[in-house]
Parts: sequence; structure tokens; C-alpha cells
Amino acid sequence: MSSTVAPHAAAPRPDLPATDGHAVEPRENYLNVDYGWKSWLLSTDHKRIAVMYLITIMFMILVGGSFAILLRLELATPAGDLLQSETYNKIFTMHGVVMVFFFLIPGIPAVLGNFLVPIMIGAKDLAFPKINLLSYYIFLAGITLTLIAVAMGGVDTGWTFYTPYSSTYANSQVALAAIAVFVTGFSSILTGLNFIVTVHKMRAPGMTWFRLPLFIWAQYATSLIIMLGTPVIAITVALVGLERLFHIGIFDPTYGGDPVLFQHMFWFYSHPAVYIMILPAMGVMSELVTAFSKKRVFGYHIMAFSTLAIAVIGFFVWGHHLFVSGQSTYAGVMFSVITMLVAVPSAIKVFNWVSTMYRGDVWLTTPMCFAIAFLGLFTVGGLTGIFLGAMGFDIHVHDTYFVVAHFHYVMVGGMVTAFFGGIHFWWPKMFGRMYPENMGRISAAIIFIGFNLTFFPQFILGYMGMPRRYHFYPEEWQVLNVLSTAGATLLGTGYLLPMIYLPWSLKFGKVASKNPWGAKGLEWQIDSPPTTFNFDKVPIVTEEAYAYPEGSRHQREAEVV
Amino acid sequence: MSSVDATGLAHHFEDLEQQHESATLGMWAFLITEIMFFGGLFGAYVVYRTMYPEAWENGSKELDVFLGALNTTVLIGSSLTMALAVRSAQHGKNRQVIGFTFLTMVLGFVFLGVKIVEYHAKWEHHLIPGPHFMFEGHLGGHEELFFALYFVMTGTHAFHMIIGAGLMIWVILKAARNEYTPQHHSHVEMIGLYWHFVDIVWIFLFPLLYLLGRHGHASIGH
Ligand SMILES: [Cu+2]
Repeated sequence: MSSTVAPHAAAPRPDLPATDGHAVEPRENYLNVDYGWKSWLLSTDHKRIAVMYLITIMFMILVGGSFAILLRLELATPAGDLLQSETYNKIFTMHGVVMVFFFLIPGIPAVLGNFLVPIMIGAKDLAFPKINLLSYYIFLAGITLTLIAVAMGGVDTGWTFYTPYSSTYANSQVALAAIAVFVTGFSSILTGLNFIVTVHKMRAPGMTWFRLPLFIWAQYATSLIIMLGTPVIAITVALVGLERLFHIGIFDPTYGGDPVLFQHMFWFYSHPAVYIMILPAMGVMSELVTAFSKKRVFGYHIMAFSTLAIAVIGFFVWGHHLFVSGQSTYAGVMFSVITMLVAVPSAIKVFNWVSTMYRGDVWLTTPMCFAIAFLGLFTVGGLTGIFLGAMGFDIHVHDTYFVVAHFHYVMVGGMVTAFFGGIHFWWPKMFGRMYPENMGRISAAIIFIGFNLTFFPQFILGYMGMPRRYHFYPEEWQVLNVLSTAGATLLGTGYLLPMIYLPWSLKFGKVASKNPWGAKGLEWQIDSPPTTFNFDKVPIVTEEAYAYPEGSRHQREAEVV
Repeated sequence: MSSVDATGLAHHFEDLEQQHESATLGMWAFLITEIMFFGGLFGAYVVYRTMYPEAWENGSKELDVFLGALNTTVLIGSSLTMALAVRSAQHGKNRQVIGFTFLTMVLGFVFLGVKIVEYHAKWEHHLIPGPHFMFEGHLGGHEELFFALYFVMTGTHAFHMIIGAGLMIWVILKAARNEYTPQHHSHVEMIGLYWHFVDIVWIFLFPLLYLLGRHGHASIGH
């Protein structure tokens, strides 16, 4: 393994002409092997399925993003002028449903995970390729149902579907949306199951558990959460659907049903779902930080174990969403304490990424710019999570913009930033072309500034008491809201840029070499783009993950002198 | 593309052993998701039973223990025939696989038939939750919750059995083409695991719904 990777000093940089980009006929790879539409739609190749997911998910970002723009436009003025309250309720619900279930949850696992899990462990494909394709079509079915629900008038319950409003009183397409969420859940269950079996059974010789890249650990832990959590949300929304269609009374207080039981069941999944969104992002972070610091990750084992710790502890904190729902004080205190425990493994990760960069050979490429943006934004999101985990403070800011700002810092600042960082990092591998580097850096900067401008004012608004989910507000809050809307415009521009220059690069980008970053890992030893079966012969792994030369940059430079 | 060679080995596996181990682990992982799925329902059952013990006893007494016990026997019998089908597949005896799988299916349909008889009786007694629900001449009441969970839990269980029966048709078709060999019979084993799981769910449903609190005197809750 080590012999095939160029030494650091000789690593080609994208600003230099790619070394193996001669004008010869390109070798057969997974993209040019067959151009027929059937060869895509019926493909069981994990890489093609990843590309189909990528296109679908990008479409969903545009849908969810346009809802967000409508919300921010409405909130530019204190009066409810652009949207009426019913419409506003539907728009924020659909924004949440689309973004959570069709982007944040599947985003990294279904796109980067599908593409990279088999390659990173030295396998030809996932363990169950047909099930992988099935999961994609189930995902499409979920999207179709959601879009039908939108076309038929939308849903106005909030993405949380709280009972008894959703089950008894709401006058919108709740049942259809519940079925959509139910169906989509099976897509993520099948993906998770596939990853678990693949990591257990398909590793190449020599690829021991503690040689796995941290991205794989993250996908594995995420898959565990998906398997244990998603079935619970499935049965929960199924009960809401049944209640709505047949009035069976399960969450209806008239029959003794308990609406708070719904909240317990919902958050039993939906809190861990936060880690379904952020753990894969943390996996991407570990890859980016090591590759662009040219240094072995600081504390590999503790990074792997902290990933598992987050997955496990995450299942025991759901009650922090019920501090004001009539939960007993003792339960509240316990949930509060356990919630704070999650901060420990999360902080370990942040410290270890920073320690990895410390005295490393930091190379500020676009993916690294996204990684550094992640560090800042996730830290703010994580720390305000501790505020919210503290019961007393939570009661003050419950259901205010403080909460909205917090989870956007974690979800958008964390997951979406890492997603874009990962897409740029592996873009040359996926499509064999380099993206325009300076455009990438500019969009990372715009996203970072736009993001903070959008969501930091919301912390202040929330602390001052502005409740979430209203389409109008008192005039004294207009300045901060206008700042937020202006930031959202910038942020939207930042996200649109890669959606333009990335497809552009498919035709006009420089041809990428096998390993444009000089990075370690099996994926950088095979062709860009890979052949259909990834490896010509089964690789034999002989070294640890991230086996960059020992010592800091200064020591290495001293050696050269 | 996902191609399979003459021994039944798919292209992306190294050998049949790896393929079989992957299928087995995948099936167990799937059953864990199933446990969590039913777990949500069992959780709701526990919460409401604790809240309304009397309603639960009253509800239990409306269920037909004889038919429930009969169905338990039928299902345990079907687990036996399923296990025999798996054993036959391991020995590559495709004709026996057909016979035992068919028998398992028949027992599955007997179970579902009895369930229909039970559901029909509930219909006649206005015990279907919804606008027409009546318990001892009264509208609504907490007994409705018991019956809501009864129908959702047994209905979900029955749905799993129908899926299982569908999978068995597939096994029979494959066995009819003599596809099972001592080296290659994962399908039958996986469907066997699934079927046993569905049986075990019933083994929990039967006492929880039919038996528990049946002989109580509505005093636990006080
Ligand atoms: Cu939470």
C-alpha cells in the first residue's frame, strides 16, 4: 500500500498540470462503461447509485432552500404581508420535512457513504447491491409522496408532527406526509443495514477494525443509530396516520390517549437522528483535516470510540425536548445531565481535529476551508446545545429563535458544511475532474460569512424572546431580522456557486490524477474515476490509516536540509 | 452489474462462505430493526396498561382464549415445518423443501383464517376502534385504547405473516428448479429466521393481550 503512494514532496498539486492526464484514450471506468439510461436506472454499482442519490438530493436542497427563502422574505418586515399564517405554517413545515428527511439524513451516507464505504475498505461493492438500488427507489417513492402532499395543499404541523394537532385537528395533508416519512425511513434502514454488513464482512485482507478510516467508523456508528432508531419513528408516524384515518384514539386525550407519549416516541428517534446527520459529517471532517494537514489524526482510537460513544449516549437524551411538556422534574434532571455528557465525546473530536492541524502542513484547499468553517460553526452549535440542555435556561428560550439558531448551526453549519467539503474533496475521485479551486475557496468564504450573518442574529432574537414559527413580530426586532434575511441571501448565493461550477467542471475542469491531494487511503490508489469493480485485484492493507510521515512539517523540512 | 455464477456466487464476494455470512448477518440486523419496530408498539402497550389496568382487564376478557391458544399451537407447528424445510435445503433435497415449505404456508393461512374469525367477532360486538366503538353499551372509554393496540399489534403481526407466505412461494419456485444445494441454500435459511421471528412476536402477543389480567379482579390499579 505504501509503495504505490507518492511521497509527500512529490504530491501533485491541482495548480500544476495533472501528471497522468496524457491525451490518451481514457481507461474504462464506472462512468464511461455504458451510457444507456437503463445502465444507470438499473445499476447496482454503488458508485452509480451514489451519483443518482447526489443528483436527487441536490434537487431536494433546491426545493427545501426555496421554502427557506420564502420564510426569510416574509420575516424581512414585521407585518405578515407576503404570506398569510396558514401558508407560512405550511412553508416552514415543508422546509423542515424536505431538509431533514430528504437532505440532512441521507445526504452524506447515501452519497459519499455509498461511493466510499466499499472503496475505503477494499471491496468491490456493498454487501447487498440490489438492496442498495431498492433503497434508492424507496427514497424516490418517499420524495414523490412528499411532493404530492405539497401539491395537494401541504402540511402545517411542523416537521415534528406533534399530536393531538397533527392527529386530530390539522386540516392539511398529514396522513400523506406521514406515509412519506414512513416510506423514506425504510430507504435509510436498508442503507444502514448494507453498511453494517459491508464493514463487518467485506474488509480487504489486513484491513483490521483499527485500520479503518474514521469516515468508516462514522458510517458504521450512524448505521447503528439508523437501525435502532428509524423503525421507531416508522411505527410512530404509522400510528399518527392510523389515528388520522380511523380515529383509533392512541394519541387522543378524549379516549385516554396521551399526546406526550407521541413526543417520547418521536424524540426517541429524532434526537438520535441529529447524530445520523452529524456523525457522518464528523467522519468527513477527520478525512479532510488529516489529508490537508499531512499528519496522522491526533488520537485515532479515541476518535473511533468517541464516535461510538456519541451514538450510544444519543439514545438516552431525548427527554431534553420535553422539559416543558409535563415531564417529571427527576426525569428532566436526568435527561439534562446525560445531554451534557454528549458534549464530552463531541469536544474530544473538536480538540483532536485542532491538534491534528497543529504543526501540520496545512494546505488551504477548498475542502480544508470548509473543514475550518465547520470547526467554528459546529463549536458554536455544540456549545449552545449545552445551554439548551440546561433545564433552567431551556425553559427561558424554549420554542424561540435561540433553538432555531442552535440547530441550524449544528445541521447547516456542521453537516452541510462538511457535506460540501466532502463533495469537493472526493469530486476528482468521483468524476475524474478538478473543480475550479479559487471559485471553491470564494464560495466557502461566502457560505461562512452568510451563515453567521443569517443565524447569529437569531440567537439574540431568541434570547429576547422572539418565538419561532410566527410570520410576524414586533417592530423593534426588525433590524436583526433584516440582517438575518440579508445573510440568507448571501448564504444562498454561496450554495448556488458550487451547484454551477461543479457541473461545469465535469466538462471543462482539469483532468484529475489518481491522487491530486497526495492523500492516504485506498480510494486514492485507484483510478479517478474508478473502474466498475474499483480494484484490479484485492488490495492487501499493510499500514495504519493516515500513515503520513511522522513528525511535524518543521522536522521534515529540517530533514530535507 | 450484479452477476451471479453457476454456484450461486455473486461477483462482489470472494467465496460462498463470505456470501452466506453476509446474508446471515444482514438478516439478523434486519430482525433487530423489526424488534425496534414492534418495540414501539410494546412500549405504547406498557404505558397504557400501566395507566388503565382495569380497561386492560376488561379488554382481555373480550378476547377468545381458545382461538388464541389454537393459533399459538398452529404457529409453533409451522415453526417446526419451517425448520424441517431449512434442514432439507441444507441437504439439497429440493422435493422435501417444497413439501415442508408448502406445509408451513398452509399453517400460516390457518392462523390468518382464525384471525379473520376473531376480527369478525369483534366487528359484530362493536369493538373496532373508531366512531362505532361501543363497550358494554357505552361509547368510547379506555377500552378503546386496548382494542386500538390489539388491532394494530395483531394486524402488524398478520401483515408480517402475509409477507412471509409470499416469500415461501418464491422458495417453492426455486426448489422446483432444484436450485438448493448443500453449499447454496441461504434463501431458505433467511426466510426461516424471519418466520421464527414472526412466531416469537406472537409468543409475546398472546399472553400480553389474551392472558394477562384475565383472572384479576380489577384491583391492581388501586
Ligand atoms: Cu435532542
